[in-house]
Amino acid sequence: MILKIEQDWGRFREIVRGKIRENLRKYIVHSELIGKKGKDLVSIPVPQIEIPHFVHSPQKTGGVGQGEGEEGTPVAIGETDGDRHAGNQPGAHILEVELTLDEIARILGEELELPNVEPRGRRNIKSYTGRYTNIHTTGPESLKHLKRTFKEALKRQIIAGSYDPENPVIIPTSEDKRYKSREPVEEPAFNAAVIYMMDVSGSMGSEQKEIVRVESFWIDTWLKHQYKGVDTRYIVHDAVAHEVDRDVFFRIRESGGTIISSAYKLCRKIIDEHYPPDEWNIYIFHFSDGDNWSRDDTHECIEILEEAFLPSVNLFCYGQVESPYGSGQFYYDLEDNLGQKENLVLSKIPDKEAIYDSIKQFLGKGR
Amino acid sequence: MLSSELQNYVDVIKQHALEYGLDFFEVIFEVIDFEEMNMLASYGGFPVRYPHWRFGMEYERISKSYSYGLHRIYEMVINNDPCYAYLLKGNTDIDQKLVIAHVYGHSDFFKNNFCFSGTNRKMLDEMANHAVRIRRYIDKYGYGEVESFIDACLSIEDLIDIHSTFINRRSGKKSVLEEDESERKTSPKLRSPSEYLEDYINPADFIEWQIGKAEEEKARKRNFPESPERDLLLFLLENAPLPEWQRDVLSMVREESYYYAPQIQTKIMNEGWASYWHSKLLTERVVTDKEVIDYADHHSGTLATSPGAINPYKLGVELFRDIEDRWNKGKFGKDYEECDDIEEKRSWDKKLGLGREKIFEVRRLYSDITFIDEFLTEDFCREHGLFTYAYNRSTSMYEIESRDFKKIKEKLLFLLTNCGRPIIEVVDGNYMNRGEIYLVHRHEGVDLKLDWAKDVLNQIGKIWTRPVHLETVVQGKVKVFTADGEVKEKEVK
Repeated sequence: MILKIEQDWGRFREIVRGKIRENLRKYIVHSELIGKKGKDLVSIPVPQIEIPHFVHSPQKTGGVGQGEGEEGTPVAIGETDGDRHAGNQPGAHILEVELTLDEIARILGEELELPNVEPRGRRNIKSYTGRYTNIHTTGPESLKHLKRTFKEALKRQIIAGSYDPENPVIIPTSEDKRYKSREPVEEPAFNAAVIYMMDVSGSMGSEQKEIVRVESFWIDTWLKHQYKGVDTRYIVHDAVAHEVDRDVFFRIRESGGTIISSAYKLCRKIIDEHYPPDEWNIYIFHFSDGDNWSRDDTHECIEILEEAFLPSVNLFCYGQVESPYGSGQFYYDLEDNLGQKENLVLSKIPDKEAIYDSIKQFLGKGR
Repeated sequence: MLSSELQNYVDVIKQHALEYGLDFFEVIFEVIDFEEMNMLASYGGFPVRYPHWRFGMEYERISKSYSYGLHRIYEMVINNDPCYAYLLKGNTDIDQKLVIAHVYGHSDFFKNNFCFSGTNRKMLDEMANHAVRIRRYIDKYGYGEVESFIDACLSIEDLIDIHSTFINRRSGKKSVLEEDESERKTSPKLRSPSEYLEDYINPADFIEWQIGKAEEEKARKRNFPESPERDLLLFLLENAPLPEWQRDVLSMVREESYYYAPQIQTKIMNEGWASYWHSKLLTERVVTDKEVIDYADHHSGTLATSPGAINPYKLGVELFRDIEDRWNKGKFGKDYEECDDIEEKRSWDKKLGLGREKIFEVRRLYSDITFIDEFLTEDFCREHGLFTYAYNRSTSMYEIESRDFKKIKEKLLFLLTNCGRPIIEVVDGNYMNRGEIYLVHRHEGVDLKLDWAKDVLNQIGKIWTRPVHLETVVQGKVKVFTADGEVKEKEVK
């Protein structure tokens, strides 16, 4: 019997993708998703794919159960929604759909109408190794890896409780089959360096940093979908700038003044030392609430942008995260002085809701 | 093909079942692997169904749950003559024996319980037939078009008249003759023997009066249905302005609903009956010494209970056993009911030996509702630790509410009434003389899940192509929702 379900299953998954697309704005702001990243799979709860019926409001219905307990003993966790009947039916199932980050990136790209980036830099040649070093779930029968196949089947049977040590019969099904495969090792075709800079002066609160965290997650997701190899660096600054790792980047809390040029100088140094622009596609994102120490410093920033960054990087994005204290002057200074530059993108991000459009502004140029 | 070993089990168990007096359809067993089992389960047991995404969704759910080891399906039976039953490849012998015995119990139940008397026993063919027809419509009208119409039909698939599962139902097809007949009657003129008498026999005011009367008659007919109609599907089939292919799709969905309805109405009894027989056949006749432990393990797994749920297998089998015991000992009737001596009641045994006969009678004449209503006793509830639970808003938990017998029974019956679904009736198919449908929800103390209700209204609106109203109660207030492209609500009382 061939699995006729394939067609209906495929159609269902198509609908799921449609739903995700529809609700993308919601998922993007939903930072839980970001934390959930296990390997490259993210699990997205998609509750709305159901055929609606006339049913009783589940929480008013209650039911009949069986077992020990006094009045008031809890028997089940309440669900905010869902279908709870006589208790003789399986519980409500909120659908959790697993998607790879790559798939999400593709949906993101389609929905935000992001053009694919046009990389600069050198293309490297792909190389293949000649040895069968890898295991795949599909492949020709002649390359079947028997040991691994039976191992998988055994695992499954033990989980399902159908393994009987007295009579150790193991029957692999097609899901268990494992094949040897020869993995082509690809040298990165294009390399990209992404440098995030963030203002951590006193006026940047946790809400502002959350916005930066969410936005940078999606930017990363997209750029990793576009490039084979992505190097990411993080710089924080108040009156002075430091390079930090990702964790520190989002947790650090400083106070003090703001000298933006300090970060730009550090960024320039990193590029000079590690990322020659003729070999690397360079992306710089700077987030701040837009209150710089002095106009002189702002002039210095504009100079660095004009001389060092804009001629050689793919994209320089400035995201202004509004805070109750900031005047947001920096945005206007950049706009007035460099507004015409093609690879400079300015975006205001007043709240989480604005992240969606901001991503579109940043990445919508396809550079 | 079954292995000779399995075939041997089947032959032996079948023979024992016959000796116990079971009377079943022939059962055809097939052994399939878990993927096929998951797929068949997604299709409600049928190997051939029309294409629709919800089967894919079901498959996603079932196979995920399987791969996480949350559950597995051991067996599946299709109510058909002959019955088809699937055994899971790789199961232990004792599992297979248990399943085979269980399946004969189901087959006996399908054949004999009155709820199934109106069931199409050639459903396997019929389902395949539906698949062919729907595929043909897809070829002609496009996948999306057909799919979205099926979506609408499925939203109302349960709006049938559950009580007419075992009586002859109207098919929903208009008879051409009937229409002609009514056309003819509306001719207002009497036949006059000759031309010149025409004015006497058919004077102008008489003709006018006749026409008026006919109009009135028509108007009265337009006030339909004459009494509230629960079978919304039938109502739409007879009255909605549907192209022929949509009418056909709707009628298929309705037919499948009526096919599945008796199974939902007898879930507790049917599983109880099958469990009763698998345990009886196996423990008394089939299990070998070395299989006892595994049998007990599987059997107790099937009958396991968890606090937040009623296991229909367990409740059903225990009730059947309770009935058998009571009728064996004569623990029923006026004398027994009126006896207040607890000790006397406990040791009551008139040695009537009517138990077996009684349970066969019960399996023929009851559905879950009447089964619970008549045989769930206070003693039984206490002995089996039944309780009602309710949602506690302050803790967001479902908590035990009561162990009061009356409340338990009431709640169970409520949950079983109309298969646990709200009762919705068409009371007017020409509301305000504007060709709109007016539905009324017979509110029984529990509100509708509103977001879904609105979605369903919209779907009905798509089929009816005119506004659809639903009267219901929301937090004690009577409200009417109207689907007219979007759903509006207004309070009426």
